[in-house]
Amino acid sequence: MAESSSSVAPARTEPIAVVPAFRKGWLAKLGFPLAVALAYGIHAAISREEPPLETRNYSILLAGLGGLGLLAAALQFCMRGFRRWMEDMWPILSAAVLLFAALEIVTTGLRLLPLPYFPSPPKILQSAIDDRVLIWESTYHSLFLLARGYLMGVLLGLVTGVCIGWFRTARYWGMPVMKIVGPIPATAWIPLALILSPSATLSAICLIAIAVWFPVTMLTASGIANTRASYLDVARTLGARPSYLIFRVAIPAAMPNIFLGLFMGLGAAFLTLVVAETVGVKSGLGWYLGWSREWAEYGKVFAALGIMAIFFSTIMTGLFALRDRVLVWQKGTIKW
Amino acid sequence: MVSSLNQLAEGAALRINGVSKRFLSPDRSEFTALDTVSLSVKAGQLISLVGPSGCGKSTLLRMIAGLETPDSGELLVGTEKITQPCASRGLVFQDPNLFPWLTVRKNIQAGPLARGVRGETRQEVEDFLRLVGLENFANAFPHHLSGGMAQRVALARALINHPQILLLDEPLGALDAFTRMRMQDEVLRLWQARGTTMLFVTHDIDEAIYMSDSIVIMTPRPGRIEEIIRVDLERPRDRSSAEFLALRASILKMLHFAGDEH
Repeated sequence: MAESSSSVAPARTEPIAVVPAFRKGWLAKLGFPLAVALAYGIHAAISREEPPLETRNYSILLAGLGGLGLLAAALQFCMRGFRRWMEDMWPILSAAVLLFAALEIVTTGLRLLPLPYFPSPPKILQSAIDDRVLIWESTYHSLFLLARGYLMGVLLGLVTGVCIGWFRTARYWGMPVMKIVGPIPATAWIPLALILSPSATLSAICLIAIAVWFPVTMLTASGIANTRASYLDVARTLGARPSYLIFRVAIPAAMPNIFLGLFMGLGAAFLTLVVAETVGVKSGLGWYLGWSREWAEYGKVFAALGIMAIFFSTIMTGLFALRDRVLVWQKGTIKW
Repeated sequence: MVSSLNQLAEGAALRINGVSKRFLSPDRSEFTALDTVSLSVKAGQLISLVGPSGCGKSTLLRMIAGLETPDSGELLVGTEKITQPCASRGLVFQDPNLFPWLTVRKNIQAGPLARGVRGETRQEVEDFLRLVGLENFANAFPHHLSGGMAQRVALARALINHPQILLLDEPLGALDAFTRMRMQDEVLRLWQARGTTMLFVTHDIDEAIYMSDSIVIMTPRPGRIEEIIRVDLERPRDRSSAEFLALRASILKMLHFAGDEH
């Protein structure tokens, strides 16, 4: 330990993000509304020939965004934190709006992409609105299915991971099974699951659980097994019993690894969810996606993709937030 | 000083009878870390172990803690044989080894919690926080602490269990000279207040003379006790007195010969 020491705390400060000058000032306030206005202009010019029923909602959306942009500009005068946030965020927000404008130019405007496979953003929005009840139900079904499968997989994975990581006997018998059976993609179990399980939903839950169980087990086990021996030594000299060693030392020490497993498991769960819904379960976003494609309603396909993006990234963000809470003690030491 | 700190945890006597320990080195050859080492420590004594690296000081300490078992010989606390770690024998490592996922306060609280004592510890934890002067850092996580602060937390975490025997494996080795001298006085004060038996591994001969009743000088390959020197100076000791310096010179000479052996 070469760390020189003094009794003064080396207060570790987070570096303040340096925002390039061009992002500040009036652009931070008006950049985003201007981008929306530009997108609105493009939309208005292109959609003049289109049936107004198909494009009106998109106009309303853009107008709403423009209104929000102006509101955000006004709020920056009185809310400092929000101003900072906008200074940082307005370029990417504007880029997102302009990306949709560009898509509109490429599709409806110049007709560069073959129809009906690539509908314009207004059409996609309209499809989502038309089918909102079904999309909502599908999202709800997917969420429910995902939650049951993921939680089951995580619970199983934590139990097997801790056992394999801590007990030598469990490691001897469990590890070969893990190494051979684990790498099989969960979706490869589909034929077997369909035979064994009485209901498609149950088999989907099990498939997701299997997909989650493997990475959670492997990473938990390696985290537990690699607990620094000195932490265990310290705890033992303090008089710790085995339960303390496992639950208060090994598991907290393995938490960074466990979270890696949870993230990998979540990715695998999304994949398995969509596949399971496509082949067996007759509900959910995966099913909706395939169903729309069969009817050649590509507006709905893209709408479903958009909803999935929001749905999955929200869950991912939630897991990140949970990790930041649990691993607050290592903040600033490890970044993913 | 607050009552719970002075609560007397009387020291225990320690006997080490012909203890040997062999390890496998990385190249698969066996080497003898300790060769029939015997030592007797009276209750409440402060002993330091001095010697070049590889002389088995740390191994001996880990055995007393119960983290290693001897290949032959036995270790006794009073009349009881040491077979496993126990809260009555505290060990402070060179690296503080704080649990990084716990705040300073919870790290200290880990002492009583680990041995299954719940509740009733709150006041005591606060007392020990104050003792090591970290009450303002109670809610900080270890990665925010300097080396000296972390080591003080480690010391508090071991002391809060009121060990009869406190084993210190170069606990001040990583500290700067000033923090180090302050901590030496701190440890001495605790030792005098509580009568704990202390074994202290150090590379620093001044530290050994300044603090201990006896200095055990060890030699490596195989790890053996070369000499046990009583330090009969009155405390507080003057680091620049003639007796101090004479003792220092003779120990250095002894270690120098020991270093020439191989």
